[in-house]
Amino acid sequence: MYGLVNRALQRFICSSYGDAAWAEIAQASGLRHEAFEPLLLYPDDLTGTIVAAAAERLRQAPDELLEDLGTFLVSHPSYEAARRLLRFGGSDFVELLQSLDDLPDRARLALPGLDFPRISVDMPRSGRIVLVCGQGLPGFSRVLTGLLRGLADDYGTLAMIDHAGSGCDEARITVDIHNTSFARARRFDLAIPVMP
Amino acid sequence: MIGAVPAEAGGAPGTEPVSLDPAILDRLMPMHLLLGGGGRILHAGPTLRRLVAGASLVRTAFFDRFELLLPAGVTTVSVLRTHAGGRLKLRMQHDPDIALRGIVVPVASGAEVLLNLSFGISVIEAVRRYNLTNDDFAATDLATEMHYLIEAKSAVLGESRRLNDRLRRARAAAEEQAFTDALTGLANRRALDGVVDDLILGGRPFALMRIDLDYFKAVNDRMGHAAGDHVLRAAAGVLRDCLREGDTVTRVGGDEFVILLRDRTDAPGIDAIAARIIDRLSQPIPYDGAECRISASIGTTISTYYPAPRADRMLRDADAALYLSKQNGRARATLVSPRMLADGALDQVLSGGPR
Repeated sequence: MYGLVNRALQRFICSSYGDAAWAEIAQASGLRHEAFEPLLLYPDDLTGTIVAAAAERLRQAPDELLEDLGTFLVSHPSYEAARRLLRFGGSDFVELLQSLDDLPDRARLALPGLDFPRISVDMPRSGRIVLVCGQGLPGFSRVLTGLLRGLADDYGTLAMIDHAGSGCDEARITVDIHNTSFARARRFDLAIPVMP
Repeated sequence: MIGAVPAEAGGAPGTEPVSLDPAILDRLMPMHLLLGGGGRILHAGPTLRRLVAGASLVRTAFFDRFELLLPAGVTTVSVLRTHAGGRLKLRMQHDPDIALRGIVVPVASGAEVLLNLSFGISVIEAVRRYNLTNDDFAATDLATEMHYLIEAKSAVLGESRRLNDRLRRARAAAEEQAFTDALTGLANRRALDGVVDDLILGGRPFALMRIDLDYFKAVNDRMGHAAGDHVLRAAAGVLRDCLREGDTVTRVGGDEFVILLRDRTDAPGIDAIAARIIDRLSQPIPYDGAECRISASIGTTISTYYPAPRADRMLRDADAALYLSKQNGRARATLVSPRMLADGALDQVLSGGPR
């Protein structure tokens, strides 16, 4: 898996729990180097090792850590690029949810080799929306849960988003939208930001 | 109601003309124009209206507001009709930077034509310039995907550039480390080979000087390794001081150094340098309250003495000269001469006794 995933995890932990905590977690995970290279490939199981070490050191459930990571990716200023790429999915939160089945293709378009699991969206006319994620990437559905919480906020939508558990090859996320105009949406211009 | 392209007469199902409300055309083609036979704009789609905000398009002359680039020389709607279905290139008079593409089709009911426009690669600039949003494009348009793709690729390229910078710096650091003697900071034996090769390949004349520290082992034995290290560092400093920019100082063994004197081929000059080195190295080196005393033996050869200089040959000859210096009492320098090379005297030196 690309280093950018592990780097995101590292930045999230440093930002939320401090550099010292990260240093201990890194050591417990058997990491010798300081920084992850986002475009280089690392062993697939490394991410899981780090999450487990972090859960132990921070005394948090691994699932909760992953959900918090998801929210971090959409709300932290240093991840503005990621937030923007996700906002392309829809001009409002409902449209964004509908576009999630595109997400693996969009990810691969950005970075070939970035393989997200399939996501299917069950969106009845009204009522609860259910997302089903394939299991190809451990922890993905948890991160997605947190991501969607952050995105709902971004769109100014009040919604209850919960991870509804994992079966043997799929995980489910439930979304109940209460108010699509709860708050003002954060600004998103289609125009590509000019590089500093 | 606007009729679309006329279907074939007496048609089968699905070939009858289709009528479309202007509001529907606005949704399907936000950048379309309906032109009268005389060239007057009868209707413009909402996104085109945004591009000329404040100045109405309707009832003005099409060829006053737009410049047709391809096909060239078209100035009337009747000629434009003859290019129906083909690819057009055009731009707005008020913003010629934004390249537009188009397709024109005749309208069933008369002399009118329907012209659908789009941005092409200019979409990125157009979105920025006019603050266009997703809603300004038809639901089937790929403008949003285009922006996504460009942003995603920029992000990845940015990371790639940063990675390349980091790799380049890491490689430079690793190379430097591979070529540096850690204790003294001088270049090491590996670096020496490279520099000699470069000088020879570049045809630059140079002198190669081998220097061994005399009595260094005694310092190590009597005063300890820390003192020995200190002496080595001090010796390295002396050698650096005695040389010019462009010369190379390397540590190639425990107490062995090799110096390359660039462009130096005159015996008196070389002798003077060697003498200065020996003199400086013979000064006592203070360490931990005591004084370390060493000296130096030197053997030198010059590249111009060889028709085809080679690193291994020169090192061996300088080594032989160094041996002679030691044999003759140490604290002295021996410069190889052309005659010594010619009559094989040096080969005999080395095949003789131990050092």
